Amino acid sequence: MKPKFVFGGLVIVLALAYLIYSGVTQSAVYFVTPSELTAAPVAGKAYRLGGLVTPGSLSWEPKTLDLRFVLTDGKSTVAVRHKGTAPDLFGEGRGAVVEGSWAPEGYFKATLIMAKHSEEYQAPADGEAGYRELMRSLQAPQ
Amino acid sequence: MTPELGQGILLVALGLTLWGVAAATAGGRTGRPALVESAQHAVVGVFALLTLAFALLVYAFLTFDFSVRYVALNTNLGTPFYYRITGVWGALEGSLVLWAWMLGLYSLIVVLGQRERARELYPWVLAVMLVVLTFFLLVMTVAAPPFTRLTPAPANGRGLNPLLEDTGMITHPIALYLGFTGFTVPFAFAIAALVTSRVGDTWITLTRRWTIIAWYFLSLGLLIGGWWSYHVLGWGGYWAWDPVENAAFMPWLTGTAFLHSVMIQERRRMLKLWNITLVILTFSLTMFGTFLTRSGVIASVHAFTQGTVGVFFLAFLALVVLASLVLLSWRWYALRAQGQLDSVVSRESAFLLNNLLLVAVTFTVFFGTVFPLLAEAVRGVKVSVGAPFFNQVNVPLFLGLVFLMGVGPLIAWRRASPENLRRNFLVPVALGAVGAAVFFLLGVRSALAVLALALTLFVAATIGLDVSRATRARLRAGESLFPALGGLLLRHNRRYGGFVVHLGILLIVVGVTGSQAWSVQRESTLAVGETTELAGYRLRFDGLRANEESNHFKVVGRFSVSRNGSPPALMEPTKKFYPQETTPIAGVDYWLGFWEDLYLVLGDFTRDGRQATVKVQVNRLVTWIWIGGFVLTLGAALAILPERRKP
Repeated sequence: MKPKFVFGGLVIVLALAYLIYSGVTQSAVYFVTPSELTAAPVAGKAYRLGGLVTPGSLSWEPKTLDLRFVLTDGKSTVAVRHKGTAPDLFGEGRGAVVEGSWAPEGYFKATLIMAKHSEEYQAPADGEAGYRELMRSLQAPQ
Repeated sequence: MTPELGQGILLVALGLTLWGVAAATAGGRTGRPALVESAQHAVVGVFALLTLAFALLVYAFLTFDFSVRYVALNTNLGTPFYYRITGVWGALEGSLVLWAWMLGLYSLIVVLGQRERARELYPWVLAVMLVVLTFFLLVMTVAAPPFTRLTPAPANGRGLNPLLEDTGMITHPIALYLGFTGFTVPFAFAIAALVTSRVGDTWITLTRRWTIIAWYFLSLGLLIGGWWSYHVLGWGGYWAWDPVENAAFMPWLTGTAFLHSVMIQERRRMLKLWNITLVILTFSLTMFGTFLTRSGVIASVHAFTQGTVGVFFLAFLALVVLASLVLLSWRWYALRAQGQLDSVVSRESAFLLNNLLLVAVTFTVFFGTVFPLLAEAVRGVKVSVGAPFFNQVNVPLFLGLVFLMGVGPLIAWRRASPENLRRNFLVPVALGAVGAAVFFLLGVRSALAVLALALTLFVAATIGLDVSRATRARLRAGESLFPALGGLLLRHNRRYGGFVVHLGILLIVVGVTGSQAWSVQRESTLAVGETTELAGYRLRFDGLRANEESNHFKVVGRFSVSRNGSPPALMEPTKKFYPQETTPIAGVDYWLGFWEDLYLVLGDFTRDGRQATVKVQVNRLVTWIWIGGFVLTLGAALAILPERRKP
């Protein structure tokens, strides 16, 4: 092997290592709980925050698409704001994971909301009844 | 009866493959034709049994035989006929049956087609194919048996995962599995070459076409997957760097690398070790991909089953990698290169760089996919690297690959002279530069978009230049235009098939660039009669409608949509509620166009039907991706045809 090919190969490998390193440091998203986040919040840094949606904390403004709620892990709470509709499984008392960043004003600005799926693929206990009721309300003359 | 019959068939098939492996190995060692013939019979027998098992499972689905656990879990009395058939491979166990059947089919074709052409390699090729078949039959009899009996048989089944109720369910898995299993054939030839120490060019020549066939199906599978994701999942995208997508993408990348580096071995007798490693790597990645998707190790949008299957795949993967490494080190001496790299400015080095970039992309995809696992195991932190990581790292590498797509086919072998460079690249480089300026003046301000489009023009120009030169040479020889073009495509179908593939990729690059750079979206909540506007489209909400379907309940949003004052047309995005699902499924409504798609997703709504939230997207140039994909598969099909040189 001629030295210049070895050198060229080395340059490419180093460039790749740098790309991956900077990629990971810039776009890896850490998963934290409300306690961990409130202990040392870094404004502007991307996090994934997981917790339970505190009952009574959810507010939804359809016209402005403002969604607000509080996530808790039992010890600490974090206020979350999001612009846009929540996913279908999302609701009070349920688990949720939000992705976004800590705003300097003291709330979590979510860009993505993921409702926690149960691992089991099966009908919920009230699934059938709930959907019948929905159907009746929609089919009623308006 | 069906469960016991099915299990019996699979057990007999397992016995046959075990016999076949023994016979083929003994035949390879002793050279006794009777033993090899016996292994052949085993392949035919296994294929027949797998066909029978598959037919039995289809029959159980069609007759709603809920005494079979797998049937009860994946279909119900309301499932439409069409999805009762596709439901067969809707989950793990049935997928394995289909998978093994395809592997049996490939093995059968090897038996029918390759016997005479590779006498020395043949017994070992059979042995490897049968070992892989044995593995799948073991999984099907021990870890994930498709024919387990369910007692008492329920009156109705649970039903198919609603996301799988789509026409894509027939084409996507079949294409993908044909691609995945197809790479077993080149792998079998590579191992046979190592075992017999015939690592020269025979196995490469025999393997190249098999690799294109597998590559063709895998490409098709990936493309259909993107289309499915776009029109079913309701997020308006076609690629999310989901672990399952990555799992299918990695062997595609290394397979692509192999298809290019093969040419250097054919021409310059270099890279023997590299080529054999790429084939082994590609096969290992198909196994790794199956492990990822079937083990539940990594959370993914594809809700696949967990269980002991993952352990089986991991163990087999370890066996494959270890055995390959031992064989490689054993044949190290024979794998030394005969050719030498002469210059950095040459076709060899362009192809080498192409391989390096493709493997680099594979590595970053692999790294990004398993990094969360590593981080949690080593540092105890939960980390996710999503689309931003993959885009940031891979986009520069992809642009490099596009550039090489222009350089590789035209630059001279060994050492390119300044004259060669000027003759082939002056015009394309100029066109690319002018293109960049024009795009900038047209208002394209994203540097990446300008670069991607300029590179696309550059590559298109190199292809145009080559084709026009070759055509003119034929015209001078007295042919007329269309026979000349046809002759190029058919007589040099490898080279020009490759060009057609490259053209397809260019179209995909334009589509991806356009959809990333210029798509717009907005979410609005509308009361009945209210309107919203986006990019020249005007939507009025006309209310909700409810429909009872055979196996689900559907809420339909009605929107009158007009564009630039044209008469309004009705668009109806839906939300579907399945009794067996906790989450409703979005039913997207869209207008597909050459330049842009209008894409509607129904969000939240009030139960009185007076108000609904709708997500409106105008996705630009996405259609180019599908057109490009079609062109790409045409090119690959052309390259599979046998070469027809002039006598």
